[in-house]
Amino acid sequence: MTNFWRAVLTILWKDILLEVRAKETITPVLVFAFLVVIIFNFAFEPTPLLVVTVAPGILWVAFTFAGVLGLSRSFAVEKDKGSLDGLMLAPVGREAIYFGKLLGSFLFMLVVELLMLPPFLVLFNVPLFEPEFLITAMVATLGFAAVGTVFSAMSVNTRAREIMLPVLFFPIVLPVIIGAVAASGPILEEGSWSDIAGWLQFMVAFDAIFLVVSSLTFQFVLEE
Amino acid sequence: MNSRRKGSTCAIEVQGLHKAFGPLSVLRRLSLRVEWGECLVLLGPNGSGKTTLLKVLATLARPDAGQVQVAGYDQRQYPAHVRAAVGMLGHHSLLYDELTPEENLRFYGRLYSVAGLEQRIAEVLKRVGMAERRRQRVRTMSHGMQRRVALARAILHDPPVLLLDEPESGLDQEALSLLKGILKGTVEHGGSVLMSTHNLEQGLALGDRIAILAGGRIAYLESARTLDAAAVQGAFRRHTGASL
Repeated sequence: MTNFWRAVLTILWKDILLEVRAKETITPVLVFAFLVVIIFNFAFEPTPLLVVTVAPGILWVAFTFAGVLGLSRSFAVEKDKGSLDGLMLAPVGREAIYFGKLLGSFLFMLVVELLMLPPFLVLFNVPLFEPEFLITAMVATLGFAAVGTVFSAMSVNTRAREIMLPVLFFPIVLPVIIGAVAASGPILEEGSWSDIAGWLQFMVAFDAIFLVVSSLTFQFVLEE
Repeated sequence: MNSRRKGSTCAIEVQGLHKAFGPLSVLRRLSLRVEWGECLVLLGPNGSGKTTLLKVLATLARPDAGQVQVAGYDQRQYPAHVRAAVGMLGHHSLLYDELTPEENLRFYGRLYSVAGLEQRIAEVLKRVGMAERRRQRVRTMSHGMQRRVALARAILHDPPVLLLDEPESGLDQEALSLLKGILKGTVEHGGSVLMSTHNLEQGLALGDRIAILAGGRIAYLESARTLDAAAVQGAFRRHTGASL
């Protein structure tokens, strides 16, 4: 294994271990996402016709806001005892730190999304455990985490980081959220791969562009 | 110690270093040289730029101007080499509260690609007197114990250059003598130490040379052998207008 991947996996291992030990982030994030879904369930009478129209939006509102909460903690844990300096002192490329933190956020969000699917299924009775939806969720979540990791690092040094992160982050990540909502609609109407291919390609392109741009800009964000 | 560049003539060489935060210039054309096998103690009042200087040397801050070489490597051209050569102990422990000392050191050891890591972790924890508590979570430890583990983290990869920012802070007498042993060991094995302190007694006991940082530059630099506490205090008052 190269030094780069060893560093990436070491950072990922540390983030997983910290979350498993403290459960500081996953519990409030899950409660929050669940409350969002419950509120929408009461706001609309979930008739079969209405559900396929509004369910993608509700689902991605829950995922998106829960994801922002998770991202805001991603670098906050590194600030508490100055351990961000510890990462920066290590003789590894800043890209390795970026990809390690990105993978941690990506896995965290996937776990939250998977845990949210059963209650959503019960409340809205829509087919979510379909390969088309799971792939869409993974691609959208990767783009979300790719951009969010940079903005999380950027906002961690600001005084009002909980406010600054969504304000800076949402305008950039909006295309991938729109893509996820638009691709989820046909899936819930039991459409096929061809119905979502265009949106999937769009999101894959977004992911590729922002993975490259974010990894290149991350070192400047971290050091200034 | 294999992190120093072959043929490097000194551990730290700084020429014309300038660093400002907005309109405030903290370091002004500072020049400094620390030889291999030397411990240089940096004194200065609060806000004089001691921490900034150490951060620049450790690549945690970018210099605005000037040349900085650590272990023979230019700080701008070879930042990863400089990081591999430096062990830093700052104000923060850089530890994760929810991990044990062993897990913290395993994390950092993997980032530094330390060979024989498990053996090295056991060795450094023993050196700082924390072997018995290696599986206790850091958040349950006192400040002094956390400082000991932080010291173990700083020396884990056997760096040839140690940068220490008020290392004695929070340490009890036993830990202080362990720290002295580690610093002496580093210097005796040809490594170098640059440490800032407000404790004159410790500075005189540990340092080969004493420097006073004032007005953003080295205002005073003398061999510790020729100095006593009164002489350093007098020089400190003269150059900073404050007392130690």
